[in-house]
Amino acid sequence: MGPLTNRAKTLEQKPLTFWESLYLPAIFKGMAITFGHMFKKKPTINYPEQQRPFSSVFRGLHVLNRDEEGRENCTACGLCAVACPAEAITMEAAERQPGEENLYREEKYAAKYEINMLRCIFCGLCEEACPKDAIYLSETFAPSDFTRKGFIYGKENLLIPHPVTEKEKYEMAKGQREQQTKNK
Amino acid sequence: MIPIQLLMIDVWFGLEKLLLIGAIISFSLVVAMYTTFAERKIAGFMQDRRGPNRAGPFGILQPLADGLKLFFKEEIIPLTSNKGLFVLGPALAMLTAMLTSAVIPWGSQIEIAGRTVSLQVADVNIGILYVFGVVSLGVYGIMIGGWSSNNKFSLLAAVRGASQIISYELAMGLSLISLLLMTGSLSLKTIVEQQMQGGWGGLLGWNILYQPLAFLIFLICVFAECNRTPFDLPEAENELNFGYHQEYSSMKLGLYLFSEYVNMFISSAVVSTLFFGGYDIPFVNEAELASNIGVNLVALFGFLAFFAKIAFFLFLFIWVRWTIPRFRYDQLMDLGWKKLIPLALANLLITAVVLLALNK
Repeated sequence: MGPLTNRAKTLEQKPLTFWESLYLPAIFKGMAITFGHMFKKKPTINYPEQQRPFSSVFRGLHVLNRDEEGRENCTACGLCAVACPAEAITMEAAERQPGEENLYREEKYAAKYEINMLRCIFCGLCEEACPKDAIYLSETFAPSDFTRKGFIYGKENLLIPHPVTEKEKYEMAKGQREQQTKNK
Repeated sequence: MIPIQLLMIDVWFGLEKLLLIGAIISFSLVVAMYTTFAERKIAGFMQDRRGPNRAGPFGILQPLADGLKLFFKEEIIPLTSNKGLFVLGPALAMLTAMLTSAVIPWGSQIEIAGRTVSLQVADVNIGILYVFGVVSLGVYGIMIGGWSSNNKFSLLAAVRGASQIISYELAMGLSLISLLLMTGSLSLKTIVEQQMQGGWGGLLGWNILYQPLAFLIFLICVFAECNRTPFDLPEAENELNFGYHQEYSSMKLGLYLFSEYVNMFISSAVVSTLFFGGYDIPFVNEAELASNIGVNLVALFGFLAFFAKIAFFLFLFIWVRWTIPRFRYDQLMDLGWKKLIPLALANLLITAVVLLALNK
């Protein structure tokens, strides 16, 4: 049977010549190679100081959105939980009481909203399912924690800062990504 | 009755020797410390990595962090070990590593307040014999540590280390005899001064030019004596789990690891002294320079030249380690007994014949 490709090389195993059996030339060659590698460009990024830019479609941690007046968008409709393939989202709905109009945009809101970041696969289907633009995925990724409990993010972790009272933090949390999704 | 001369010890002589010993020991330790750092850094560079760069600027505080970590680790002495010897092992390894530095001439001489101080702790006339004696003692650190740990791997490593060091000592000694035939002296200071007589400010007098084969054999044996790759069989991480210091922890382990680097430093110094003119500055006539800028400055420059040579050999140690894989045990013995010893003997014969023919 002939070779399948013409890339096959026949290997001749001759006994070592005197020069080869000294091994020293081969050792010097090897040392030249390692020496050459000393000055090559290092592919490593110095992580905390240097960061790779994220792609524009990067899907990081979730953010629960507020509108311009700082009212929560979420109406606890549960579409995100239904859409979630990893079943990472739980919520409890509650009715808005009179006098809470400045807190919640519509009559119904999420009293409890939890995402288990250990289950979440960051697919972004919750963002696509949301009719109220209440949840979107940001550019930060989940920080480490010591316990599993710490990875269940409640509303206090997810909710975006208030746009009026904490303007700077709000802008920071909003980041680039929400703009891009709106522009689409 | 004690002769009165014995009681008239020169206090200043003792003091300057003490200072010199202190300086040399602390210098060797600092250099060894930073050799560990250089090892990691160069290993990183050769593997296209960055190496440690977190502790301090460019990671220069890394050796301190390493040492501190080892100091704070829990010290475990295995129940089944021979405790006395277990403690003695690392101390002995460190001691024998440092002892050799006593006969190495670190520079010519300096003048302080009218006194001429030699930059060598002891100019014994059997300097090289002393070096060999101490190097042979070095095997006890490995042997005692490995045996007293009462661990199969450690014992295997200790036996390996002992037989390796004994085997390579032979070739090492034989290769040096041909050098000694030329110099006619065992004193390291004399050997350096002879080399300084050569042309081009001493460069043509370096022994490497006359004894390249002896240098090669000596260098290979030095690698073996220091248990460095490709001869690091007593350590052999992947077959012996670390070898003779497997049961050690905390600073005892630190001393073992550290003594390897001190050994490297001292061996580099010995190689530079014997073959590369020691503190000789190439292209410079030291005696002429001394009349121009003074003895002390020349001694300083001489020491710097010596240190540059040492640094090159330290780099060579590291360079070879990250290039060549480890020998198999039979290959190691084969190289030592069947290749290096006959080669050294042949070299010895040739040197003797040539010297006889030149009627020196």
